Amino acid sequence: MADAPMWPDEIYRILRDWDVTQFSYVPDAGHAVLINRSLEDPEVHSVALTTEEEGVAMLAGAHLGGARGVAMMQSSGVGNCVNMFSFVKNGQFPMLLLVSMRGDFGEGNPWQMPMGQTVQPILEACGFICMRVEQPSEVATATQAACTMVYQAGQAVAVLLSQRLIGAKAF
Amino acid sequence: MPSDIFRAGSPARSSDTGTLDRCDAVPKLIGNPQDFLIITGLAGTAKDIAHLCEPHGNYYACAGVMGGATAMGLALALAQPTRRVLVVTGDGELLMNVGSLATVAIMHPPNLSIICVDNGHYGETGYQKSHTSLGVDLATIAVGSGIPEVRTVTHDHEIAEAAALLRTTEVPAFVLLKVKPTDPPKIRRSMDAAWTKHRFRDALLGTR
Repeated sequence: MADAPMWPDEIYRILRDWDVTQFSYVPDAGHAVLINRSLEDPEVHSVALTTEEEGVAMLAGAHLGGARGVAMMQSSGVGNCVNMFSFVKNGQFPMLLLVSMRGDFGEGNPWQMPMGQTVQPILEACGFICMRVEQPSEVATATQAACTMVYQAGQAVAVLLSQRLIGAKAF
Repeated sequence: MPSDIFRAGSPARSSDTGTLDRCDAVPKLIGNPQDFLIITGLAGTAKDIAHLCEPHGNYYACAGVMGGATAMGLALALAQPTRRVLVVTGDGELLMNVGSLATVAIMHPPNLSIICVDNGHYGETGYQKSHTSLGVDLATIAVGSGIPEVRTVTHDHEIAEAAALLRTTEVPAFVLLKVKPTDPPKIRRSMDAAWTKHRFRDALLGTR
């Protein structure tokens, strides 16, 4: 597609520049390009999960082993992770989440609204710093900033890729 | 009493209840724990392994995040392909996230084995029956998930073969260790998730 957005490739390049080698995810349309890049990359582990909380536990296990990971999920998946987020406040594990948002800008499916509207307060209550990205031009800067905060400063950061950025799904 | 009430209380078949004592069987199965990097679930298995490993830092024991141990072990195994990684979890912890067996199977790490110490009960909360006392077989679930090497150990004479498997397997392995519902060893251990994290990383990675 000539008009395919470039920002997913920018995210992938930045993550690889930071030596991220474990990409885990429950599939979501908003992460399709990133998932495919990780599947095509012989240098990384691309891990399909059965539930998003496995991805959070994997971030802890990767850090224990000296590797860097990222967990990719849809906003609804954040709710599946809450107990596993204990690793952040209790264990001070560095964590990077990429959350593709549903249930915000222009959402047509009411079932997505409850989680979409509570993602940020839940993440912040659990100790994450949230960075919401609305425009393609902000993606690379935000990803770079998040990687610095996670892999250098040891923080837990969630980058929220808004529906304004991704485009609302048509119903 | 109304007759249309359904409750999870059908009696376990006798074969579903283990007779091994975990305080003997877990050390026998693992042998020298220094040969592994170990992740444990919460409660009983954390005590089994702390008792076995202290004062060494080659294990990370959870005291929460129920259902996370197997996925933690998977990531550790992927991060440390030259080390043998062992997840030691209980039936209750594993039941909370049986899907992680499927995730292990599709990733197929050659250096990851999982021991489930199955006492059929939630020992930490007062020994309420778990599903494995009521007919659920986690070994069958492991087979169905695609774990290539699966053993059920119910008798002392079966431990040696499973112990050898843990040390020689080149594919993911799962050992269901059926034990009686008795307490794990008594051990005082740090419950500080950050301190134990640093200890584990220092032991494995050195100061960096």
